[in-house]
Amino acid sequence: MDYQIEVDKGMVVLDAIHRIQTEQANDLAVRWNCKAGKCGSCSVEINGIPKLSCMTRMNEYGPEETVSIRPLKTFPIMKDLVTDVLWNYEQNKKIVPFTPDPNLKNKNGDYVMMQEDIDRIQEFRKCIECFLCQNVCHILRDQGKKDKFVGPRFMIQLAGLEMHPLDTQDRIPAIKEKFGSGMCNITRCCTDVCPEHIQITDNAIIPLKERVVDRFYDPVIWLWRKLFRRKSV
Amino acid sequence: MNISDIQTIEHDVIVVGAGGAGLRAAIECSIKGLSTGLVCKSLLGKAHTVMAEGGIAAALGNVDERDHWKVHFRDTMRGGKFLNVWRMAELHAKQAPDRVRELEEWGAVFDRTKSGLINQRNFGGHRYPRLAHVGDRTGLEIIRTLQDHGIHQGIDVYMECTGLDLLKEEDRISGMVAMWRETGRFVIFKTRAIILATGGGGKAWKITSNSWEYTGDGYGMAFEAGAELMDMEFTQFHPTGMVWPPSVRGILVTEGVRGEGGILVNSEGQRFMFENIPNRFASETADTEEEAARWLAGDKEARRPPELLTRDVVARAIRKEVNAGRGSPHGGAFLDIASRRSADDIKRKLPSMYHQFKVLAELDITTEQMEVGPTLHYCMGGIRVDADSQMSTVPGLFACGECSGGMHGANRLGGNSLSDLLVFGKLAGDGAADYIKELSGFPSINKEKVISIIRNATEILNRESGMNPYLLHEELQEVMQNNVGIVRSAELLTAGIEQLDKLKESYKEVKAAGASQFNPGWHEALAQRNMIITAEATARSALLREESRGAHTRIDFPDERNEFLDVNVITLKGEDGSMMVKKVNRPEPPTELNRIANLSLEQLEQEIAS
Repeated sequence: MDYQIEVDKGMVVLDAIHRIQTEQANDLAVRWNCKAGKCGSCSVEINGIPKLSCMTRMNEYGPEETVSIRPLKTFPIMKDLVTDVLWNYEQNKKIVPFTPDPNLKNKNGDYVMMQEDIDRIQEFRKCIECFLCQNVCHILRDQGKKDKFVGPRFMIQLAGLEMHPLDTQDRIPAIKEKFGSGMCNITRCCTDVCPEHIQITDNAIIPLKERVVDRFYDPVIWLWRKLFRRKSV
Repeated sequence: MNISDIQTIEHDVIVVGAGGAGLRAAIECSIKGLSTGLVCKSLLGKAHTVMAEGGIAAALGNVDERDHWKVHFRDTMRGGKFLNVWRMAELHAKQAPDRVRELEEWGAVFDRTKSGLINQRNFGGHRYPRLAHVGDRTGLEIIRTLQDHGIHQGIDVYMECTGLDLLKEEDRISGMVAMWRETGRFVIFKTRAIILATGGGGKAWKITSNSWEYTGDGYGMAFEAGAELMDMEFTQFHPTGMVWPPSVRGILVTEGVRGEGGILVNSEGQRFMFENIPNRFASETADTEEEAARWLAGDKEARRPPELLTRDVVARAIRKEVNAGRGSPHGGAFLDIASRRSADDIKRKLPSMYHQFKVLAELDITTEQMEVGPTLHYCMGGIRVDADSQMSTVPGLFACGECSGGMHGANRLGGNSLSDLLVFGKLAGDGAADYIKELSGFPSINKEKVISIIRNATEILNRESGMNPYLLHEELQEVMQNNVGIVRSAELLTAGIEQLDKLKESYKEVKAAGASQFNPGWHEALAQRNMIITAEATARSALLREESRGAHTRIDFPDERNEFLDVNVITLKGEDGSMMVKKVNRPEPPTELNRIANLSLEQLEQEIAS
C-alpha cells in the first residue's frame, strides 16, 4: 500500500505510521509501546534496513524520497507490520533459569559481586528483545534453520548466565548441542543492527564458542577426560 | 450467539497485566499452588514497567547505613502529604528490601557499591541514597528478571489479549471476557479470583509519559463491576518530560539526572528551585548553592539540593517560571547535567538519556542543556483495596500496582513505584490464595452478561458509520490537558465534566473501520470506554477535593485544608448506572505509625541509632 502524508519537524517513522492510522487507514496493524527505544516492540525493515521505527527520524530520508516499511522477514506475518514472534519466547523457555549458589551469601544474607565482574553481563542485559538480531541472522533468515540455532538474542542470554559470577549451572553442553553455537559463522550482522549497541558477536557468541571448543575439542583436555573416565570406570 | 462456541479457559486465578505487579502476583499465585493465567495486552516483557529508569526504593542501607524502614516510611508519608493508607506505607517500607534481594536471587544484576553490594542512588524526597538501580534502565532489568523467572513457574501466559469486562456470580468474581488482538475472537476466562495489575490511565491526557496500554482498563472494568475507586484526583505530573521536538513531547527524562547532580535553571540562568522550597521541607533542604555542591560531593552533613524536592513541588515551580516568561524556548525549563558531571560519567550513569536525546532531539546532553517540562506520569489513586490482602470492595477482585490506590497518598516519591509493584504484587497473590482457600468449586458464568459484553464490542465494528476513534481520543486528551491538568479550578473542572458528558455521547457512535483481525482502530475504541471512566472519575474527584494537596492543585483553594486530610474521595457506579463521588472518612492513624511519621528527622535518626 502507498500512503502520502505530511511530515512535521522531529517526526520519527512510527509517528508517520500513526498519522497514516489516524487519517487514512484506521486498521493498519503495527506493534509499539514505549516510543522511546526501551521496549523493542516496533521493529520493522525501513528501506531494507531492520530498525526500531520509534528511533528512526523521518529527516534521515529526503523530502521526496519514498520510505518503504516492511515487517520483519524472518517471522510469519500476522497482519501488515505485525509478525508472529512466538518462536523466540519458546526458545527462552528452553534455557535453564539462573541458579545461584546460596553459599556465596555473606553473613547478612547479601550476595557480594564486584562491579568489574558484572560489567560484561550487564552489557547483555541491556537487550530490549526487539528481535532485530534474530531477524538478520543468516541461519534463521536465509537458511530457515530455526530448529538448529537459537539465534543471537538467546546466545547473549546464555552468555549472561554462563558468565554470571553466582550461577552454578554447567551450560556449555547445551550451548553446543541444544542451542547450536557452532551454527553461527560470525558475519556480525546481528551486532550491526542492535539498537542497544551490544557487541553480540565479539562479547557473547565468540567467547561461548571458545568455551565450547575448550571443553569438547581441546586435545589435552580430551585426553585427560578419556584417562579420567577410564580410571573412574 | 451460542455461548458454548466461545473459547473458555479455566484457572484458579487470572492476573490481568504483565508489568512488575502482574508478574510478581502471578509468580506468587503459582508458588501457592494455584493454577494461574496471566493475560496481557502486549507481548510479554513490553509492559510499561520497562520504562522505569531511576531505580527501586528499599531501605537496604548499603550506601548509608543509617537508612531504616522507619525513615523510608516517614519519607513516603511526607511525600504523600499524609494521605497515604498508613498500613500500606508501612508494609511497603518494611517489605521492599526483601523484594529487592529476591530479585537478585532470580537473576537481576544491580549496579554494585565498591564493597560489592547492591548500589543505591539519591532520589527526590528520599532522605538517604535508597534506589537500587541498573544505570537508567532499572525497569527493564526488573521486568526481564520477573519474565525469565516467571516462565519457569508453570504460569500460562496469554499474550496480546485484551480484557473487556469482568463477570460475577451474584457479588463475587467468576470470570472475565477478553479478546485476542490477533484474531479478534473472544475468550471467556472462568476463574475464582482476578488480580488486576493493569497500570494507570495516563493516555487520557495529551502530554504524558505513558504508552498506548495506559488506558485505565483496570479502573474501567472494576468500576463497571461495582468496585470502589479511591482518590482518583491525584495524578502525578512528572516535572521533567521532553518538550521538544513536538513528536516526543512528554517522554520521560529520569529524575536520576537530578539525582546525579543535574540542576534546573530558567532562561535568565537562575537556579530557581532555591526560591521554591516549601516550609515543610525547609529544614531538610540546602538553601545555598555551596551547600548543595557539598551534598553532591558526598558530605553527609550537607542538606539535599532543592532540585530533589518531591515531584509535585518541582513540577509547579517549572510551570511558575514558564508563566512568568522565564521559560525555555519551547515552554519548559533547562535541565543541566553537562556542567555538573564529566561526559564519561554522564554516558556511564545515564546511558539511555544520552541516547534518547541524541537520537530524538539531536542534542548532546554531555555538552548542552536539556529542555524539560511537566508530563502526566502516574495515577496515585485507583481501585480501593484492603491494605493486607489487596482485595477490592468486590469479593474475589484484587488489585495491585498503579491500578490500586492508597499507597502513595497525594503524591508518589520516585522509586516507590517499582517497590510498590513487587511488595503489593506478592501480597495480592497471597490474598488471592487465602480467598480461594475458602471457596468450594468455581462460581458460574452469567451467559447473558457474556453476550452483552461481546455485543457491545462488536457493535463498534458493525456500525454503518460513526466517529473516528483516533479523533475521539484526541478530543478527550484536549479536555483532560486543559481542564484537568496540573492546575485546576471549579470552573475548569465543571466545564471539563460537561465536555466529558458530550464525549460519552459521541462514544456511543464510535465506529472502527475494517475487520476484527488485528485492528488497532477497534482496539483503540474498546479502550476508550475505560479512558473515559478514568477521566470522569479524575475530574469529579478533583472537583470534590476543595484544597491543594500534593499533586492536586486547585487555584481556587491554594492551601491544604485539614478537614480534607480526614477524607478519601470515593468513586463508584450508582444504582442508575451513573458515576457517584463521595467523601468518606479515613480511619484514625495507628498511634505508633503516626508517632514515627511526625518525629523530626533528628529524633528519628537518634531513635534508630540507639
